[in-house]
Amino acid sequence: MKSEFRIKSFCHVKNNTISFNGSVIYENLESPDFLAFAKAAYRNFDIKYSKFFKMDGLSKLALLASDVILKNEHLDSQKENNIAIVFSNKSSSLDTDRKHQSSIEDADNYYPSPAIFVYTLPNICIGEISIKYKLHSENSFFIFDSFNAEHLLNYSNSLLSIGKADEVLCGWVEYNGTTYEAFMYLVSKEGITQHTKQDIIKLYTI
Amino acid sequence: MEVLKQELKENIIEQLNLEDITVEDIADNDILFGDGLGLDSIDALELIVMLDKNYGIKLTDPKEGREIFGSIEIMAKYITEHRTK
Repeated sequence: MKSEFRIKSFCHVKNNTISFNGSVIYENLESPDFLAFAKAAYRNFDIKYSKFFKMDGLSKLALLASDVILKNEHLDSQKENNIAIVFSNKSSSLDTDRKHQSSIEDADNYYPSPAIFVYTLPNICIGEISIKYKLHSENSFFIFDSFNAEHLLNYSNSLLSIGKADEVLCGWVEYNGTTYEAFMYLVSKEGITQHTKQDIIKLYTI
Repeated sequence: MEVLKQELKENIIEQLNLEDITVEDIADNDILFGDGLGLDSIDALELIVMLDKNYGIKLTDPKEGREIFGSIEIMAKYITEHRTK
């Protein structure tokens, strides 16, 4: 089945490796955990967003993956870029939720951290990306048991078809402390790969 | 007071995740917010929690923080005068 839209580019972040359009562009196999890996990758790509260090793991993962795709678009920071964001994952913001809970479970030592609390929603990572790239666009974050290509396909096609967005940054951004995985792709009218369920799954499983 | 200033600088860097800043980079009279260290409103709330947790000082009005968190010098003076632990 053909689609009127295309997948312009895609990115994977997993196993201490970042790849763009199927080619490894950064790896740091010595990093002991994702946070160390993210910090090294941030410096390697010279991202220049000092708030990065204050973010939770989910937002760092989402920002790293989106940066790989969006910097390739050479966006004009003086213009509003109508790129919608549609993300999904399984664990929502559970890792940060747990950290927040641990700061409030002892009534005699009740010091909730505002800096942690602000990340107790998964869609905060979309806000970080929107601020960094000045995106004033539609956005949604869905929770599924596993990667749901069909839902992302239908939702992004709808946004593009009714003119709510010029392009859509879609993806799976799963972070749960010890495990992480990001797969993002940009849906557009340009690109070689068809925007179909089969093609999305094919790229996801690369 | 000098020990307290040093402690405040270390705590601020650690608790506010100021990755590229060292204790030596913060002068006692540097402005902490806006064009100074570039701290934001969430950082201000974090500092209010730090005052409570470390020094037993409860700020009920966040606006008070604007003056108290003006610089390390001002913070140290306020803490010295109001600390309960």
